[in-house]
Order: sequence, then C-alpha cells, then structure tokens
Amino acid sequence: MSVLAHLPAETPAQQTRRGHSRLLPYLLLLPGGLWLTVFFAVPAVQLAATSLYDPSGSLQEGYAMTWEFGNYADALSAYWPHFVRSLVYAGIATLLCLLLGYPLAYAIAQKATRFKNLMLVCVIAPFFTSFLVRTLAWKTILSDNGFVVGLLRDVGILGSDGRLLATSVAVVLGLTYNFLPFMVLPLYASLDRLDGRLLEAANDLYASPVRAFAKVTLPLSMPGVVAGTLLTFIPAAGDYINAELLGTPNQYMIGNVIDSAFLVRLDYPQAAALSFILMAIILAMVFVYVRRAGTDEVL
Amino acid sequence: MTMAAENGDLRLVSLTKRFGIFTAVDDLSLTIPQGGFFALLGASGCGKTTTLRMVAGLEEPTSGKVQLGGRDISRLRPYKRPVNTVFQSYALFPHLDVFENVAFGLRRRGIGDIRAQVERMLALVQLEGYGKRRPAQLSGGQQQRVALARALINHPQVLLLDEPLGALDLKLRRQMQIELKRIQTEVGLTFVHVTHDQEEAMTMADTVAVMNAGRIEQLGAPAEIYEFPSTPFVANFLGQSNLLAGQVAGRSGDDILVSAYGSRFSVPAARCRAVDGDVYLGVRPEKLHLAPDSDSVPAGHQWVTGVVSDSSYVGVSTQYLVRTPWGTEVSAFASNAGVLAQVPLGAHVVAYWRPDHAFLLGREAGAGDATQPLLEPVP
Repeated sequence: MSVLAHLPAETPAQQTRRGHSRLLPYLLLLPGGLWLTVFFAVPAVQLAATSLYDPSGSLQEGYAMTWEFGNYADALSAYWPHFVRSLVYAGIATLLCLLLGYPLAYAIAQKATRFKNLMLVCVIAPFFTSFLVRTLAWKTILSDNGFVVGLLRDVGILGSDGRLLATSVAVVLGLTYNFLPFMVLPLYASLDRLDGRLLEAANDLYASPVRAFAKVTLPLSMPGVVAGTLLTFIPAAGDYINAELLGTPNQYMIGNVIDSAFLVRLDYPQAAALSFILMAIILAMVFVYVRRAGTDEVL
Repeated sequence: MTMAAENGDLRLVSLTKRFGIFTAVDDLSLTIPQGGFFALLGASGCGKTTTLRMVAGLEEPTSGKVQLGGRDISRLRPYKRPVNTVFQSYALFPHLDVFENVAFGLRRRGIGDIRAQVERMLALVQLEGYGKRRPAQLSGGQQQRVALARALINHPQVLLLDEPLGALDLKLRRQMQIELKRIQTEVGLTFVHVTHDQEEAMTMADTVAVMNAGRIEQLGAPAEIYEFPSTPFVANFLGQSNLLAGQVAGRSGDDILVSAYGSRFSVPAARCRAVDGDVYLGVRPEKLHLAPDSDSVPAGHQWVTGVVSDSSYVGVSTQYLVRTPWGTEVSAFASNAGVLAQVPLGAHVVAYWRPDHAFLLGREAGAGDATQPLLEPVP
C-alpha cells in the first residue's frame, strides 16, 4: 500500500528526468544550429534571391526582384568552359593527391612506428603559414628562372623556352600541393585503424602481399579514400587563388569568374547564379560518387 | 599407409627464435604425426604462439627448420604454405560477409565454383544460412566457427589453432572443444593447438607438449603426462601436485627409498625420474586420502600427519589443505561419492597414499617443498 502511495509522487520526477534527456540532443544542437542559421541559411536564401534579381539593376540603383531564371542560363552559356576547367583541374588534382597521399598515409600509419607523430606534424605544418603565402612561394618555385624549370629544360622535358608558370600544369600542381593534407589526414585515420592481424590472416589464406592489399587494405581504407577525395575535390573545384597566382586568364576557374563578378564587375545576380550552379554541380557529383563508392557497405 | 603418414608429418628441427636478447623459442625439436591433435601447452610468454607463427610463416626462425612431409618450408612465404591458422582474435575480414570470408582462401587460389564447397563448410560448423551476415553481426562463438571454416575449407595439411577458444565464456568453450574435436576426427587433418588452458589441452589433444621458457618440458599423451610428470614445472602446471623435498636414501628391491622430514617413504623405481640426490616426492591431491589416525590407514599405504587448515566444498569433492608438522600445506581432494562426514577444520588427520601413486622428480639442491596450496574449484 505504501509503495502504491509513493508511486504518483515519483512519476512526475522521473518524467522530468526523462524529459531532460530527451531534450538534451536538441540543446546540444542549438549553438551550431543557430550559427548555421544566421551565417549560412539566411545568407544562402539571400544569395538565392539575388540570383533571381533583374540583371539590369546595379548596386547604386538597387535591384528589382523579377524572378529572372534566365540569369542561370546566361551564366552557364557564358562561362561553361570555366565550369568544365574547374572540374577537370580539381579532378586531376584530387587524383594526384590520392596517388601521392595514399602511400604517404600508409607509410605513416603502418610503417613509421617511431616517427609517426613527427611525420604527422610535417603533414600539418604548412597550415601554420597562410595559404596565400604558400601559393606565392610556388610562383617562385615554378618561375622561368627557378631550378625546377631549369632542370626540366636540361633533361628535355620542357623545350628551351618552355615554362611552367602561367600554365594549366602550374595551377593543377598548386591545387595538388595546397589540398594534399586534406587527402592525407582522412586516409591516415582509416589506415591507422587497420588491424595488422587481418593482413596476416590474408597472407595465411594464400593472398600475396599485393593481393592482400587489394582485397583487404584497400577496401578497408575506402572510407578514408572517400572522405579524402571529397575534402580535396570540393574546395579545389571552388578555388581561385591558384589560378589567379599561378595561371593566366586562360587558366581561370569558375572561382575566378565569381570573384570578378562580385568584386570587379559588380554583377551580383550573375555572381549569385554562378555560385548556385557550382553548388548544384558539386552536390550532384558528390551524391553520385558516394552512392557509387558505397561507403555504407565499407563502414 | 605408413609411408603416407610419415610423409605428412610436421617436423620442427632445432627451431629457435630470438627477439633481440630474448629467446622466445629455444632449440625446439619435435615431430607431429599426420592426422594428430597436438597441443602446445604453456603459460603466456613461453614461446608457444611464436612456435605456431613460425609454422604458419608469420615469423621467421632465427635458426632451425620447419619441415612438412619431408619438405623444408621454413623460408616459404606464408601464402605459399599448405598451412592455415585460426587466429586468437579470429581476424575475420569485417568488410566481407561470412560467405566471402570462408571463400577467401579458395578465391585467392583461383578455384572456381566454390558455392557448394562453402555451403558444405558452413554446414560443418553449423552456420547454414549465415552466409550473408557480416562478422560484426555474429556472436563470439559464431565468429569463432567462421574463422574455423575459413581455415578448414582450404584442406591445409596442418591446421594451426592459436588459443581460438580464449575469448569464449566457459560454457561455449566446452561446447566448442567438443565441436573442434568432432571436426578434427571428421576431416582427419593435423591440428596444432596452442593453449594455456591445461584442461582444454588434456580433453582435446592426443599429444600434449608442455612448454616453458621456449623449451618443451614434457611431451606425451595427456594421461601419461598427468600421471607421471617429468619436472616440477609440469607437475604443477598440468593439474596440481604436492611436491615434498627429500633425499634419496637408498634402494630396496624395485623401490627407491626417500627420506623427507624425518620419515622414510618408498616409490617404485619405475615411477622415479631421479634415483639419487635431492628429489621431490610427488603425490596428486586426488590420490591423497585422509584418515583420522595412523591406525586407520589401510595396509601398504604411506602417510604424513597434519592438521586440516582449510577446506572447500565444491560439490563433487571436498578440497582440504593439511598443514604438516614442518609447516607445508598439502592439498587433498576427497571425493564426495560416499556419504562421508566432512572433516572439520583443525582436526588432526593422517594423509595417506599408495606408493605406486607417488612419483619422484629431480630437485635443485636447496629448493623447498613445491605445493600449490590453492583451493581452486574444479570446473
């Protein structure tokens, strides 16, 4: 009887406690959610609105909202080569990052027992200086009288008046260099988790080291490959610093066009439309890629 | 037939492995007959796993040879050896389902049409219908069976088992022991089983090698080793023993006379590993019986007196510790088969045994009694 008498008194207390724990996830989401709303969602809506303004307006006279969907068609027809170039440059740079980064990440994770931390610091160290300064340094490295060009001319890969700076090669190399850490770190994370005993088991089950790599190491590192390629490709596709500093207008990527539309030509509706097209293309590609790579299978 | 059997034998010849200054396996030589169930038994760090890994090819011997059917395979890469391993951690491939895990070895050897084989193997380990599951979706016992199927399907000449039951709980372990033994009998392969569990080694293996500090202390059938251990280490690693320090005092016919703590005992010469100098007189606890006084000791038995200092009732038996006048506690397991009264603590008793149940081992001069006065519940 006394137990029953206690029950109603306890229930509300328990409910509040459970209520708290049900609210907790939302409370944890609140700061980030607020931040994203104020600094991402609202500006994105504003940008979407801008992309549909009447293009005949100007910053001084103001813009009229005329739902100009034609802005998108105009932007695409005028600048589609820049879109293609951006995707090609970013694609090649991502591939190069993967080819350079995978062995590096593998070596750090699996072989560099004692020097692991040192090597990781070396990968991250470039972040201690500005992106801009590092890209400017590449301008020097690739300059016409720099040692790289000299060497390539001597061995005949470049003609006697061949150059690297102001070419597509320079832009792709710059992108590769700048985004390499974004490839190496996720690859390292997934390769570091790899259980060496699985490779022993593969060896024991008639897999040569090469087959063991193909059948065990590579599939198990796919989450890292997917994360690394996304982290490299997405920012690389939108980059404009490398094309600006290492290329010429002939190498300009879509980022350069958006940059000049916003800051030089002051054509806000077009700049906004270009931004949205880039976002849509990247989202579509990422969607297809993640589906194809089947990361959920790997995880 | 004999030729064929000899051809499949696994021979280790002076196998040695050093890691820096540490010698993990020290000049180990043994022959494991084809089709046998061989257990390497020892405490952790005794070199048993290193030995196994050298047979698998996962560790390169510092010196010595691994021969399989007369062929030297010591320098063969692991993926070229007709040997498969069931790993302690199972090491199942997490990105492959059960079917592909089991099929892994066949696929690497380019064997086609494997569905029927894999299904048959899954049936053998009683996992029909589990082919599409991922290892993470299986219980420990199921994972263990997948690991076993994955190794067995390749019909290796030797199957190596590296404490494969260590991660299972007691009941499942017993079940898997029976299962493993059944499978071994069915497929007739050579099994080399590494374990630190003496009971597991005794119940499963035909031949047990007790390893200590990189060497084999004793090798033989489980009952042989248990009944007549060759060193104090074996006597206390495989089961427990009461080892009383004494000196050989002479010989009387077929018996060796031992003097210990002012008393004379005799042991048949056939049960003596040492026949002179410092020795241990050993008696297994279950062969030590208690009587209220020396008059009730049956004829032909030998005895020591003592006081019951501890007792533990474990159902099938009661385990007593008896403190001898010189302070050593010997243990005696009294079967609870009859309706005998329990002996109370502090009671003066006589612990007696048949001379042919005792054994004599060599003893380093100065070493004292070696007993394990632990009242461990017998599982």
